[in-house]
Amino acid sequence: MNIIIANSSPEPIYQQIVTQMKNLILKGDLTEAEGLPSIRILAKELQISVITTKRAYEELEREGYIETVGGKGSFVSAQNKELLYEKRLRVVEEKVTEAIVAARNAGMEREELLAMFKLLLEEQ
Amino acid sequence: MVDTDNILTVNKLTKHFKDFSLKNVSFRLPRGYVMGFIGPNGSGKSTTIKLILNLLCKDSGQINVFGLDNLEHELAIKNRMAFVFDENHFYEELSIRDMARIIAPFYRHWEPQTFEKCLKDFVINPKQKIKQLSKGMKMKFSLAIALSHGAELLIMDEPTAGLDPMARSELLDILATLIQDERNSVFFSTHITPDLDKIADYVTFINQGEIVLSAPKDDILEKYGVIKGSCDLLDEESKRLFVGIKTNQFGFEGLVRDKEKALRRFRGLALLEKPSLEDIMLYTVRGEHHA
Repeated sequence: MNIIIANSSPEPIYQQIVTQMKNLILKGDLTEAEGLPSIRILAKELQISVITTKRAYEELEREGYIETVGGKGSFVSAQNKELLYEKRLRVVEEKVTEAIVAARNAGMEREELLAMFKLLLEEQ
Repeated sequence: MVDTDNILTVNKLTKHFKDFSLKNVSFRLPRGYVMGFIGPNGSGKSTTIKLILNLLCKDSGQINVFGLDNLEHELAIKNRMAFVFDENHFYEELSIRDMARIIAPFYRHWEPQTFEKCLKDFVINPKQKIKQLSKGMKMKFSLAIALSHGAELLIMDEPTAGLDPMARSELLDILATLIQDERNSVFFSTHITPDLDKIADYVTFINQGEIVLSAPKDDILEKYGVIKGSCDLLDEESKRLFVGIKTNQFGFEGLVRDKEKALRRFRGLALLEKPSLEDIMLYTVRGEHHA
């Protein structure tokens, strides 16, 4: 399991952990019922504070990616991957809708927006 | 009331000297976490630590360690805690082994095996005399003593001062290992904030004898921001958003306490960066000097 923290990134450290763990879970690198490192070990290894790793785990728990069993530690939720993927699709949908609304407000034509979308996709 | 969640509670602590006063100092450290105590030289860090350890008499206020009054239960408390000072408090002429033999009986729960293991882990030769040790080695020896009597609270006054980056990194590693046990906590003062930027859970910032802020480090770093931009963005109104501003011929740089509020005003006009604890300390201290 790899987690890389970028200190220069504007994204808060806990958020970086959340994003990377979500990716690991969705890609299947972290599997169901697999034990996750404790918040204290993760903090020690990444040289960050315990509060930061705790917050990351709490966030993952809230979103249903992991579960914490008292005294036993945290595990990847038994929830199926399709459901998690669905959730992510919904997030993308929301963001794209947001972009469409913004484009409409700016008076952009449909073709213009599509062209911009294609251009940005290629640039990535 | 016994306070079990907080391993250290300081409440309205006050101490007056002829030319310096510690005024109404309050903060609390929850069990299982690391708190960094920062502030410029002469801001009252060491005085606060000495009061916690009862090496100075307070004028008023309350200090609880493990939920117990620090004066009433001094012995019981000190058996369960450890302290490491910046300066060497050991006999220079003695060897590590002999010095440890003198110290061990003072503690009720001395663990010889743990001490031996620490010496090995920290690569300390027990036959060496204290005076031959480098600054980093002395600090590690202090830590070996501290870790060998089952201390739950470790208090350190400027432990990283005068250490090279290698020794500082080793120290942080030792601390991170110590708090793998969630009953343990660490409280340390420092004016070298990059150390804290890494492992501290909580930060308490003192200036001129008064607490400026005491909060989870992540909250502080997320709320504050450094704004950089062209000087003509600054007018009387926008200046009020800043804790402190530094201007030069080519622009300004300033610290804001509320990043979101500043963004609403400066979005697209100025640059917003993540602050370091050092930024927060520098701008706050300087800001007050300007006022």
